[in-house]
Amino acid sequence: MTMTAMTPAQGLRMPPDGPRLFAAPNPSLAAHFATYGAIPDVTPAQLLEQVHRSGLTGRGGAGFPTATKLAAVSGKAIVVANGAEGEPASRKDVELLRRAPHLVLDGVEVAARIIGAEQAYVYLRPEVIPVVQQALAERTGGLRITVEAAAEGFVSGQETAVVSRLNSGPALPRFSRYRIFQRGVGGKATLVQNVETLAHLALIARYGGLWFTTAGTADSTGTFLTTVGSSVWEVNHGMTLRQLLTSATGQPAEEWQAVLVGGYHGTWLPLPAALDAPLSREGLELYGTRLGAGVLIPLPSTACGLEFTASIAGYLAAQSAKQCGPCQFGLPELARNLHALAEGRGGTEVIRQTAGLVEGRGACHHPDGTTRMIRSALKVFADDVRLHQHGRCLARIAEPYGGAR
Amino acid sequence: MSRPLIIDWTACEGRGLCADLLPELIGQDKWGYPQSRSGRTVLVPPELERPARKAVHLCPRLALRLEADAKTRVTG
Ligand code: SF4
Ligand code: SF4
Repeated sequence: MTMTAMTPAQGLRMPPDGPRLFAAPNPSLAAHFATYGAIPDVTPAQLLEQVHRSGLTGRGGAGFPTATKLAAVSGKAIVVANGAEGEPASRKDVELLRRAPHLVLDGVEVAARIIGAEQAYVYLRPEVIPVVQQALAERTGGLRITVEAAAEGFVSGQETAVVSRLNSGPALPRFSRYRIFQRGVGGKATLVQNVETLAHLALIARYGGLWFTTAGTADSTGTFLTTVGSSVWEVNHGMTLRQLLTSATGQPAEEWQAVLVGGYHGTWLPLPAALDAPLSREGLELYGTRLGAGVLIPLPSTACGLEFTASIAGYLAAQSAKQCGPCQFGLPELARNLHALAEGRGGTEVIRQTAGLVEGRGACHHPDGTTRMIRSALKVFADDVRLHQHGRCLARIAEPYGGAR
Repeated sequence: MSRPLIIDWTACEGRGLCADLLPELIGQDKWGYPQSRSGRTVLVPPELERPARKAVHLCPRLALRLEADAKTRVTG
Protein backbone atom coordinates (compact mmCIF):
# COMPACT_ATOMS: atom_id res chain seq x y z
CA MET A 1 0.00 0.00 0.00
CA THR A 2 1.48 3.36 -0.94
CA MET A 3 0.53 6.73 0.38
CA THR A 4 0.21 8.22 -3.08
CA ALA A 5 -2.80 6.06 -3.76
CA MET A 6 -4.65 7.79 -0.95
CA THR A 7 -3.91 11.46 -1.23
CA PRO A 8 -6.83 13.81 -1.48
CA ALA A 9 -5.46 14.85 -4.87
CA GLN A 10 -7.24 11.79 -6.16
CA GLY A 11 -10.35 13.90 -6.18
CA LEU A 12 -13.98 13.06 -5.93
CA ARG A 13 -15.44 9.77 -7.09
CA MET A 14 -18.96 9.33 -8.36
CA PRO A 15 -21.35 8.42 -5.56
CA PRO A 16 -21.84 4.69 -5.26
CA ASP A 17 -24.85 3.06 -6.84
CA GLY A 18 -26.81 0.85 -4.46
CA PRO A 19 -25.45 0.53 -0.95
CA ARG A 20 -23.89 3.75 0.28
CA LEU A 21 -22.24 2.91 3.58
CA PHE A 22 -21.37 -0.62 2.58
CA ALA A 23 -19.98 0.20 -0.87
CA ALA A 24 -16.27 -0.36 -0.21
CA PRO A 25 -14.91 -3.89 -0.79
CA ASN A 26 -12.81 -3.87 2.38
CA PRO A 27 -12.09 -1.60 5.37
CA SER A 28 -8.70 -0.28 4.14
CA LEU A 29 -8.00 3.38 3.41
CA ALA A 30 -7.08 2.49 -0.18
CA ALA A 31 -10.45 0.83 -0.77
CA HIS A 32 -12.16 3.73 0.96
CA PHE A 33 -10.58 6.32 -1.33
CA ALA A 34 -11.03 4.17 -4.41
CA THR A 35 -14.75 3.92 -3.61
CA TYR A 36 -15.57 7.39 -2.37
CA GLY A 37 -12.68 9.70 -3.28
CA ALA A 38 -11.64 12.58 -1.09
CA ILE A 39 -13.74 15.17 0.70
CA PRO A 40 -13.79 18.43 -1.27
CA ASP A 41 -12.30 21.45 0.44
CA VAL A 42 -15.31 23.60 1.28
CA THR A 43 -16.06 25.95 4.15
CA PRO A 44 -17.76 24.89 7.39
CA ALA A 45 -20.76 27.05 6.50
CA GLN A 46 -21.12 25.33 3.13
CA LEU A 47 -20.89 21.93 4.80
CA LEU A 48 -23.55 22.84 7.34
CA GLU A 49 -25.79 24.07 4.54
CA GLN A 50 -25.49 20.69 2.78
CA VAL A 51 -26.29 18.81 6.00
CA HIS A 52 -29.32 21.02 6.40
CA ARG A 53 -30.45 20.24 2.88
CA SER A 54 -29.87 16.52 3.32
CA GLY A 55 -32.46 16.22 6.09
CA LEU A 56 -30.12 13.80 7.89
CA THR A 57 -31.36 12.72 11.31
CA GLY A 58 -29.52 10.99 14.15
CA ARG A 59 -29.28 7.21 13.80
CA GLY A 60 -28.61 6.40 17.43
CA GLY A 61 -32.29 6.27 18.31
CA ALA A 62 -33.61 9.75 18.99
CA GLY A 63 -33.81 10.78 15.32
CA PHE A 64 -32.93 14.41 16.00
CA PRO A 65 -32.04 16.58 12.95
CA THR A 66 -28.26 16.53 12.63
CA ALA A 67 -27.97 20.05 11.23
CA THR A 68 -29.76 21.49 14.27
CA LYS A 69 -27.46 19.59 16.61
CA LEU A 70 -24.36 20.77 14.74
CA ALA A 71 -25.55 24.36 14.80
CA ALA A 72 -26.12 24.26 18.59
CA VAL A 73 -22.45 23.61 19.38
CA SER A 74 -19.80 26.27 19.15
CA GLY A 75 -16.52 27.44 20.62
CA LYS A 76 -13.67 25.08 21.48
CA ALA A 77 -15.94 22.10 21.17
CA ILE A 78 -15.41 18.35 21.31
CA VAL A 79 -16.77 15.72 18.94
CA VAL A 80 -17.70 12.30 20.27
CA ALA A 81 -18.52 9.42 17.92
CA ASN A 82 -20.85 7.17 19.83
CA GLY A 83 -20.48 3.49 19.00
CA ALA A 84 -21.51 2.14 22.42
CA GLU A 85 -24.47 0.27 20.91
CA GLY A 86 -25.78 -0.81 24.31
CA GLU A 87 -28.91 -2.33 22.77
CA PRO A 88 -28.25 -6.08 22.77
CA ALA A 89 -30.45 -6.62 19.70
CA SER A 90 -28.46 -4.11 17.63
CA ARG A 91 -25.36 -5.00 15.63
CA LYS A 92 -25.35 -2.25 13.01
CA ASP A 93 -22.75 0.05 14.56
CA VAL A 94 -20.30 -2.78 15.08
CA GLU A 95 -20.88 -3.98 11.53
CA LEU A 96 -20.40 -0.47 10.12
CA LEU A 97 -17.16 0.07 12.04
CA ARG A 98 -15.84 -3.29 10.86
CA ARG A 99 -16.64 -2.64 7.23
CA ALA A 100 -16.24 1.12 6.85
CA PRO A 101 -14.18 2.59 9.70
CA HIS A 102 -12.84 5.36 7.46
CA LEU A 103 -16.31 6.60 6.65
CA VAL A 104 -16.98 7.06 10.37
CA LEU A 105 -13.60 8.74 10.93
CA ASP A 106 -14.24 11.02 7.93
CA GLY A 107 -17.55 11.92 9.53
CA VAL A 108 -15.77 12.80 12.78
CA GLU A 109 -13.48 15.13 10.82
CA VAL A 110 -16.37 16.71 8.93
CA ALA A 111 -18.31 17.31 12.16
CA ALA A 112 -15.18 18.77 13.76
CA ARG A 113 -14.68 21.06 10.78
CA ILE A 114 -18.28 22.28 10.96
CA ILE A 115 -18.24 23.08 14.67
CA GLY A 116 -14.59 24.11 14.87
CA ALA A 117 -13.47 21.28 17.16
CA GLU A 118 -9.84 20.34 17.57
CA GLN A 119 -10.36 17.24 19.60
CA ALA A 120 -12.49 14.14 19.18
CA TYR A 121 -13.25 10.84 20.83
CA VAL A 122 -14.48 7.62 19.35
CA TYR A 123 -16.35 5.63 21.97
CA LEU A 124 -16.40 2.02 20.87
CA ARG A 125 -17.36 -1.48 21.79
CA PRO A 126 -14.14 -3.37 22.62
CA GLU A 127 -14.45 -5.78 19.69
CA VAL A 128 -14.11 -3.02 17.08
CA ILE A 129 -11.25 -1.13 18.71
CA PRO A 130 -8.53 -3.01 16.77
CA VAL A 131 -10.06 -2.27 13.37
CA VAL A 132 -10.55 1.41 14.21
CA GLN A 133 -7.04 1.73 15.59
CA GLN A 134 -5.67 0.22 12.41
CA ALA A 135 -7.74 2.68 10.38
CA LEU A 136 -6.45 5.59 12.46
CA ALA A 137 -2.86 4.44 11.87
CA GLU A 138 -3.47 4.62 8.11
CA ARG A 139 -4.65 8.22 8.24
CA THR A 140 -2.91 11.51 8.52
CA GLY A 141 -4.58 14.67 9.65
CA GLY A 142 -4.70 17.45 12.18
CA LEU A 143 -7.57 16.34 14.34
CA ARG A 144 -6.68 14.61 17.61
CA ILE A 145 -8.85 11.48 17.80
CA THR A 146 -8.77 9.39 20.97
CA VAL A 147 -10.19 5.88 21.13
CA GLU A 148 -12.12 4.97 24.28
CA ALA A 149 -13.66 1.63 25.19
CA ALA A 150 -17.39 1.84 25.83
CA ALA A 151 -18.71 0.41 29.05
CA GLU A 152 -21.07 -2.54 28.97
CA GLY A 153 -24.72 -1.97 29.65
CA PHE A 154 -27.94 -0.88 28.03
CA VAL A 155 -27.79 2.73 29.23
CA SER A 156 -24.03 3.22 28.72
CA GLY A 157 -24.66 4.75 25.30
CA GLN A 158 -26.98 7.50 26.57
CA GLU A 159 -25.31 10.78 25.77
CA THR A 160 -24.88 11.91 29.36
CA ALA A 161 -23.46 8.49 30.29
CA VAL A 162 -20.91 8.70 27.46
CA VAL A 163 -19.83 12.16 28.57
CA SER A 164 -19.61 11.03 32.20
CA ARG A 165 -17.38 8.13 31.19
CA LEU A 166 -15.11 10.34 29.07
CA ASN A 167 -14.81 12.59 32.10
CA SER A 168 -13.51 9.55 34.02
CA GLY A 169 -16.82 9.10 35.82
CA PRO A 170 -19.13 6.09 35.80
CA ALA A 171 -20.84 5.25 32.49
CA LEU A 172 -24.22 6.23 33.91
CA PRO A 173 -26.73 8.85 32.83
CA ARG A 174 -26.16 12.10 34.70
CA PHE A 175 -28.40 14.88 35.84
CA SER A 176 -27.05 18.33 35.06
CA ARG A 177 -28.44 21.80 34.80
CA TYR A 178 -26.54 22.14 31.53
CA ARG A 179 -27.07 20.27 28.33
CA ILE A 180 -23.99 18.56 26.95
CA PHE A 181 -23.92 20.80 23.91
CA GLN A 182 -23.31 23.56 26.45
CA ARG A 183 -21.00 21.70 28.85
CA GLY A 184 -19.89 18.16 28.18
CA VAL A 185 -16.47 16.52 28.02
CA GLY A 186 -14.00 18.50 30.12
CA GLY A 187 -16.70 21.13 30.63
CA LYS A 188 -16.55 22.05 26.94
CA ALA A 189 -19.40 22.19 24.48
CA THR A 190 -19.75 18.65 23.16
CA LEU A 191 -21.36 17.07 20.12
CA VAL A 192 -22.23 13.40 20.56
CA GLN A 193 -23.21 11.68 17.31
CA ASN A 194 -23.92 8.07 16.57
CA VAL A 195 -21.28 6.48 14.31
CA GLU A 196 -23.78 5.77 11.53
CA THR A 197 -24.88 9.40 11.49
CA LEU A 198 -21.24 10.41 11.07
CA ALA A 199 -20.76 7.97 8.20
CA HIS A 200 -23.71 9.54 6.37
CA LEU A 201 -22.21 12.95 7.13
CA ALA A 202 -18.99 11.86 5.40
CA LEU A 203 -20.96 11.12 2.24
CA ILE A 204 -23.00 14.33 2.38
CA ALA A 205 -19.72 16.26 2.57
CA ARG A 206 -18.69 14.60 -0.69
CA TYR A 207 -21.85 14.41 -2.75
CA GLY A 208 -24.07 17.07 -1.21
CA GLY A 209 -27.38 17.28 0.58
CA LEU A 210 -29.47 16.95 -2.54
CA TRP A 211 -27.76 13.70 -3.51
CA PHE A 212 -28.53 12.37 -0.04
CA THR A 213 -32.25 12.87 -0.61
CA THR A 214 -32.23 10.75 -3.79
CA ALA A 215 -32.71 7.72 -1.54
CA GLY A 216 -35.52 7.42 0.97
CA THR A 217 -38.75 9.37 1.30
CA ALA A 218 -39.52 13.08 1.55
CA ASP A 219 -39.59 13.03 5.35
CA SER A 220 -37.02 10.28 5.95
CA THR A 221 -34.13 10.87 3.61
CA GLY A 222 -31.31 8.53 2.70
CA THR A 223 -30.61 4.97 3.65
CA PHE A 224 -30.42 3.50 7.14
CA LEU A 225 -28.82 0.52 8.78
CA THR A 226 -31.09 -2.03 10.32
CA THR A 227 -30.52 -5.10 12.43
CA VAL A 228 -33.12 -7.76 11.68
CA GLY A 229 -32.73 -10.72 13.97
CA SER A 230 -28.97 -11.18 13.80
CA SER A 231 -28.17 -9.68 10.41
CA VAL A 232 -27.43 -6.09 9.40
CA TRP A 233 -28.78 -4.45 6.24
CA GLU A 234 -28.52 -1.08 4.59
CA VAL A 235 -31.92 -0.18 3.15
CA ASN A 236 -33.78 2.82 1.76
CA HIS A 237 -36.23 4.56 4.02
CA GLY A 238 -39.73 3.82 2.76
CA MET A 239 -39.17 0.12 2.12
CA THR A 240 -42.09 -1.84 3.60
CA LEU A 241 -41.82 -4.13 6.60
CA ARG A 242 -42.88 -7.00 4.35
CA GLN A 243 -40.02 -6.41 1.91
CA LEU A 244 -37.45 -6.11 4.65
CA LEU A 245 -38.62 -9.06 6.73
CA THR A 246 -38.89 -11.42 3.79
CA SER A 247 -35.54 -10.53 2.26
CA ALA A 248 -33.70 -10.36 5.58
CA THR A 249 -35.06 -13.58 7.04
CA GLY A 250 -35.63 -15.57 3.87
CA GLN A 251 -38.99 -16.65 5.27
CA PRO A 252 -42.51 -15.73 4.17
CA ALA A 253 -43.93 -12.82 6.13
CA GLU A 254 -46.77 -15.05 7.35
CA GLU A 255 -44.30 -16.79 9.67
CA TRP A 256 -44.37 -13.82 12.03
CA GLN A 257 -47.09 -12.81 14.47
CA ALA A 258 -45.58 -9.48 15.51
CA VAL A 259 -42.43 -7.38 15.23
CA LEU A 260 -40.74 -5.21 17.82
CA VAL A 261 -39.70 -2.04 15.98
CA GLY A 262 -36.98 0.14 17.51
CA GLY A 263 -35.43 -2.44 19.81
CA TYR A 264 -36.05 -3.09 23.49
CA HIS A 265 -37.31 0.46 23.96
CA GLY A 266 -39.43 0.14 20.84
CA THR A 267 -43.02 -0.67 19.99
CA TRP A 268 -44.67 -3.97 19.14
CA LEU A 269 -46.55 -3.97 15.83
CA PRO A 270 -49.07 -6.70 14.99
CA LEU A 271 -48.47 -8.83 11.91
CA PRO A 272 -49.71 -9.33 9.31
CA ALA A 273 -51.72 -6.11 9.96
CA ALA A 274 -48.65 -3.86 9.79
CA LEU A 275 -46.79 -5.68 7.02
CA ASP A 276 -47.29 -2.89 4.51
CA ALA A 277 -46.08 -0.15 6.82
CA PRO A 278 -43.33 1.84 5.09
CA LEU A 279 -40.16 2.14 7.18
CA SER A 280 -40.12 5.93 7.41
CA ARG A 281 -41.10 8.51 9.97
CA GLU A 282 -44.49 9.16 8.38
CA GLY A 283 -45.15 5.51 7.60
CA LEU A 284 -44.50 4.36 11.14
CA GLU A 285 -46.21 7.34 12.78
CA LEU A 286 -49.53 5.76 11.77
CA TYR A 287 -48.59 2.83 13.97
CA GLY A 288 -47.37 5.04 16.79
CA THR A 289 -43.75 4.07 16.47
CA ARG A 290 -40.37 5.11 15.08
CA LEU A 291 -37.37 3.30 13.70
CA GLY A 292 -35.11 4.31 16.58
CA ALA A 293 -31.72 2.73 15.97
CA GLY A 294 -33.17 0.48 13.28
CA VAL A 295 -33.64 -2.70 15.29
CA LEU A 296 -36.39 -5.08 14.19
CA ILE A 297 -37.15 -8.19 16.22
CA PRO A 298 -39.66 -10.43 14.46
CA LEU A 299 -41.60 -12.81 16.69
CA PRO A 300 -42.43 -16.19 15.12
CA SER A 301 -46.01 -17.37 15.43
CA THR A 302 -44.76 -20.28 17.50
CA ALA A 303 -43.40 -18.02 20.27
CA CYS A 304 -45.30 -16.41 23.11
CA GLY A 305 -45.29 -12.62 22.92
CA LEU A 306 -46.07 -12.24 26.61
CA GLU A 307 -43.25 -14.50 27.72
CA PHE A 308 -40.83 -12.74 25.42
CA THR A 309 -41.98 -9.30 26.61
CA ALA A 310 -41.59 -10.41 30.23
CA SER A 311 -38.04 -11.55 29.57
CA ILE A 312 -37.13 -8.28 27.85
CA ALA A 313 -38.66 -6.37 30.77
CA GLY A 314 -36.57 -8.48 33.15
CA TYR A 315 -33.45 -7.61 31.20
CA LEU A 316 -34.33 -3.90 31.14
CA ALA A 317 -35.03 -3.91 34.88
CA ALA A 318 -31.60 -5.43 35.49
CA GLN A 319 -30.09 -2.71 33.27
CA SER A 320 -31.55 0.11 35.34
CA ALA A 321 -28.62 2.13 36.62
CA LYS A 322 -30.45 2.08 39.97
CA GLN A 323 -29.79 5.73 40.55
CA CYS A 324 -33.40 6.90 40.44
CA GLY A 325 -35.94 5.42 42.84
CA PRO A 326 -38.95 5.00 40.55
CA CYS A 327 -36.76 3.26 37.93
CA GLN A 328 -34.93 1.14 40.50
CA PHE A 329 -38.11 -0.14 42.16
CA GLY A 330 -40.66 0.20 39.38
CA LEU A 331 -38.90 -1.69 36.59
CA PRO A 332 -38.38 -4.93 38.57
CA GLU A 333 -41.99 -4.70 39.67
CA LEU A 334 -43.12 -4.37 36.05
CA ALA A 335 -41.02 -7.38 35.08
CA ARG A 336 -42.45 -9.47 37.95
CA ASN A 337 -46.01 -8.57 37.03
CA LEU A 338 -45.38 -9.39 33.37
CA HIS A 339 -43.97 -12.79 34.29
CA ALA A 340 -47.05 -13.38 36.41
CA LEU A 341 -49.26 -12.39 33.50
CA ALA A 342 -47.42 -14.77 31.18
CA GLU A 343 -47.94 -17.54 33.71
CA GLY A 344 -51.65 -16.88 33.85
CA ARG A 345 -51.58 -15.13 37.23
CA GLY A 346 -52.46 -11.47 37.66
CA GLY A 347 -53.86 -8.93 35.26
CA THR A 348 -52.85 -5.94 33.19
CA GLU A 349 -54.24 -3.16 35.38
CA VAL A 350 -51.44 -3.40 37.95
CA ILE A 351 -48.91 -3.25 35.09
CA ARG A 352 -50.46 -0.08 33.67
CA GLN A 353 -50.49 1.50 37.12
CA THR A 354 -46.82 0.80 37.78
CA ALA A 355 -45.96 1.99 34.27
CA GLY A 356 -47.62 5.31 35.12
CA LEU A 357 -45.48 5.55 38.26
CA VAL A 358 -42.14 5.33 36.45
CA GLU A 359 -42.82 7.39 33.32
CA GLY A 360 -41.02 10.73 33.22
CA ARG A 361 -39.49 10.06 36.64
CA GLY A 362 -35.85 9.31 35.95
CA ALA A 363 -32.66 11.03 34.87
CA CYS A 364 -32.82 9.31 31.50
CA HIS A 365 -35.42 7.81 29.17
CA HIS A 366 -34.90 4.24 30.33
CA PRO A 367 -38.17 4.09 32.28
CA ASP A 368 -40.14 5.70 29.42
CA GLY A 369 -38.64 3.44 26.78
CA THR A 370 -39.37 0.39 28.89
CA THR A 371 -43.02 1.27 29.46
CA ARG A 372 -43.50 2.14 25.81
CA MET A 373 -42.48 -1.39 24.87
CA ILE A 374 -44.63 -2.93 27.63
CA ARG A 375 -47.75 -0.90 26.88
CA SER A 376 -47.54 -1.83 23.20
CA ALA A 377 -47.22 -5.51 24.14
CA LEU A 378 -50.41 -5.35 26.20
CA LYS A 379 -52.17 -3.94 23.16
CA VAL A 380 -50.72 -6.21 20.47
CA PHE A 381 -50.93 -9.39 22.54
CA ALA A 382 -54.36 -8.59 24.00
CA ASP A 383 -55.84 -11.88 22.77
CA ASP A 384 -53.02 -13.75 24.39
CA VAL A 385 -53.60 -11.90 27.66
CA ARG A 386 -57.17 -13.21 27.68
CA LEU A 387 -56.11 -16.76 26.82
CA HIS A 388 -53.38 -16.79 29.45
CA GLN A 389 -55.94 -15.90 32.06
CA HIS A 390 -57.59 -19.22 31.19
CA GLY A 391 -54.33 -21.11 31.33
CA ARG A 392 -53.85 -21.20 27.56
CA CYS A 393 -51.52 -19.57 25.06
CA LEU A 394 -51.73 -18.64 21.37
CA ALA A 395 -48.21 -19.90 20.75
CA ARG A 396 -49.16 -23.41 21.90
CA ILE A 397 -52.15 -23.45 19.60
CA ALA A 398 -49.90 -22.49 16.70
CA GLU A 399 -47.38 -25.26 17.37
CA PRO A 400 -47.50 -27.69 14.45
CA TYR A 401 -48.18 -30.68 16.69
CA GLY A 402 -50.23 -28.77 19.21
CA GLY A 403 -47.76 -29.98 21.77
CA ALA A 404 -46.40 -28.55 24.95
CA ARG A 405 -43.09 -26.74 24.72
CA MET B 1 -46.28 32.70 36.50
CA SER B 2 -45.71 29.19 37.79
CA ARG B 3 -42.16 27.94 38.18
CA PRO B 4 -41.19 24.30 37.62
CA LEU B 5 -39.66 22.48 40.58
CA ILE B 6 -37.15 20.04 39.12
CA ILE B 7 -36.22 16.82 40.90
CA ASP B 8 -32.79 15.27 40.40
CA TRP B 9 -33.87 11.63 40.51
CA THR B 10 -30.29 10.42 40.79
CA ALA B 11 -29.93 12.28 44.10
CA CYS B 12 -33.38 12.01 45.69
CA GLU B 13 -33.67 9.33 48.35
CA GLY B 14 -37.38 9.66 48.82
CA ARG B 15 -37.53 10.59 52.45
CA GLY B 16 -40.46 12.84 51.70
CA LEU B 17 -39.40 16.07 53.36
CA CYS B 18 -40.53 17.99 50.28
CA ALA B 19 -43.94 16.32 50.46
CA ASP B 20 -44.25 17.54 54.06
CA LEU B 21 -43.29 21.09 53.15
CA LEU B 22 -45.36 21.30 49.98
CA PRO B 23 -48.33 19.00 50.53
CA GLU B 24 -50.42 21.07 48.10
CA LEU B 25 -48.15 20.11 45.20
CA ILE B 26 -46.25 16.99 46.17
CA GLY B 27 -47.40 13.62 47.40
CA GLN B 28 -45.42 10.41 47.75
CA ASP B 29 -45.60 7.32 45.57
CA LYS B 30 -45.76 3.87 47.09
CA TRP B 31 -41.96 3.77 47.36
CA GLY B 32 -41.81 7.13 49.12
CA TYR B 33 -40.56 9.22 46.21
CA PRO B 34 -42.07 12.65 45.59
CA GLN B 35 -44.93 12.64 43.11
CA SER B 36 -46.50 15.68 41.51
CA ARG B 37 -50.18 15.98 42.31
CA SER B 38 -50.85 17.56 38.91
CA GLY B 39 -49.30 15.43 36.21
CA ARG B 40 -45.60 15.14 35.50
CA THR B 41 -43.87 18.36 36.48
CA VAL B 42 -44.32 20.09 39.80
CA LEU B 43 -45.43 23.63 38.96
CA VAL B 44 -45.09 26.14 41.78
CA PRO B 45 -47.55 29.08 41.72
CA PRO B 46 -46.29 32.39 43.18
CA GLU B 47 -48.20 31.96 46.46
CA LEU B 48 -46.31 28.72 47.18
CA GLU B 49 -42.85 29.96 46.27
CA ARG B 50 -41.85 30.44 49.90
CA PRO B 51 -42.40 26.84 51.01
CA ALA B 52 -40.96 25.66 47.69
CA ARG B 53 -37.73 27.58 48.34
CA LYS B 54 -37.65 26.12 51.80
CA ALA B 55 -37.90 22.61 50.35
CA VAL B 56 -35.06 23.40 47.96
CA HIS B 57 -32.86 24.52 50.84
CA LEU B 58 -33.82 21.78 53.27
CA CYS B 59 -33.76 18.78 50.90
CA PRO B 60 -31.07 16.61 52.51
CA ARG B 61 -29.86 15.43 49.10
CA LEU B 62 -29.89 18.82 47.34
CA ALA B 63 -32.14 17.17 44.80
CA LEU B 64 -34.52 20.06 44.18
CA ARG B 65 -34.19 23.09 41.98
CA LEU B 66 -36.67 25.86 41.32
CA GLU B 67 -36.49 27.00 37.70
CA ALA B 68 -37.07 30.58 36.64
CA ASP B 69 -39.97 29.62 34.42
CA ALA B 70 -40.93 26.91 31.99
CA LYS B 71 -39.32 28.62 29.02
CA THR B 72 -35.83 29.36 30.30
CA ARG B 73 -35.18 25.70 31.12
CA VAL B 74 -32.87 25.11 28.19
CA THR B 75 -30.84 27.98 26.90
CA GLY B 76 -28.34 28.14 24.07
S1 SF4 C 1 -33.83 6.49 34.94
FE1 SF4 C 1 -33.11 4.44 35.50
S2 SF4 C 1 -31.54 3.96 33.98
FE2 SF4 C 1 -31.92 6.18 33.84
S3 SF4 C 1 -30.40 7.09 35.18
FE3 SF4 C 1 -32.21 6.77 36.43
S4 SF4 C 1 -31.94 4.75 37.38
FE4 SF4 C 1 -30.48 4.92 35.68
S1 SF4 D 1 -36.74 16.25 50.17
FE1 SF4 D 1 -35.23 15.82 48.57
S2 SF4 D 1 -34.53 13.73 48.97
FE2 SF4 D 1 -36.39 14.05 50.16
S3 SF4 D 1 -38.01 13.23 48.86
FE3 SF4 D 1 -37.90 15.43 48.46
S4 SF4 D 1 -36.47 15.61 46.73
FE4 SF4 D 1 -36.22 13.55 47.55
